[in-house]
Amino acid sequence: MVKPTRVSNSIRSLRFAAGEMTQAELADRVHVTRQTIIAIEQGRYSPSLEMAFQIANVFGVPLHDVFHYPEEES
Amino acid sequence: MPFEEKVTWVSAVVSVFVSAVYFSVVGGQLDSGPVSEIAYQRWMLIAVVATIAMTIVGSIMAGIGTGISAEITGKGSVDDIGLKDERDEHINRRGERVGYYVASVGALGVLALAMLRFDQFWIANALYLTFVVGGLVSSAVKLVAYRRGF
Repeated sequence: MVKPTRVSNSIRSLRFAAGEMTQAELADRVHVTRQTIIAIEQGRYSPSLEMAFQIANVFGVPLHDVFHYPEEES
Repeated sequence: MPFEEKVTWVSAVVSVFVSAVYFSVVGGQLDSGPVSEIAYQRWMLIAVVATIAMTIVGSIMAGIGTGISAEITGKGSVDDIGLKDERDEHINRRGERVGYYVASVGALGVLALAMLRFDQFWIANALYLTFVVGGLVSSAVKLVAYRRGF
C-alpha cells in the first residue's frame, strides 16, 4: 500500500529513548487520541505544524529530529 | 478505534438500515396503484426521526462500550469518549466535503424531476435518497481515511 504522506518520522525511536514512553503517554502530552499518534508513527497522517512542534517539544529536540521529508531530485 | 470513527460507523449502519426499511416499505406499495396515492409522507418522517434517534442512542452506546472496554482490557480510557483531535477534524471535513458534492449532484437530479413535472412522490423520494447517499458517501470517505490515512 502506498503511504499517503512522504513525511517520515522518528517518533518510535524517540519514545524508546525517552524511557520507553508509551503512545498513550505521548498522546496525553499533546492532547490527541492514541490512534492519532499511531497513524503519525505509521506515516498514515501528517500532523499540523503546531502538533509537530508539540511532539518535538515533548522530546526536547528540534523539529527536524522528529520529522523528515525527502529532498526533491533536481 | 477512535471514538469519532465509532460514531461514523454508527451513523453509516443506522442510515443503511433505516433507508433499506423505508424503501422496502414504500417501494412495496408501487404496484398497489398510482404513485400519487401512496402515503409515503408518514414513513419518510418516521425514517428521518428514527435515523436521528438511533444515531444518538448508538453513539451513547458506543461511548458506554468504550468505557467498559477500557475498564476490562485496560486499553484506552474513558477520557477517549467524545475526544476529538485535529485528525478527526481533518477527516470529518474531507468526508463532509465529498458528501456535499455527491448530494449536490443528486439535488440537480431532483431539480430535473421537478422541472419535468414528475409526481411529488418521485421528487420527495429522490431528495431523501440524495441525502442518504450523500451521508453514506461521506461516512465511507471518513472510514477509508481512518483506515488508510491521507
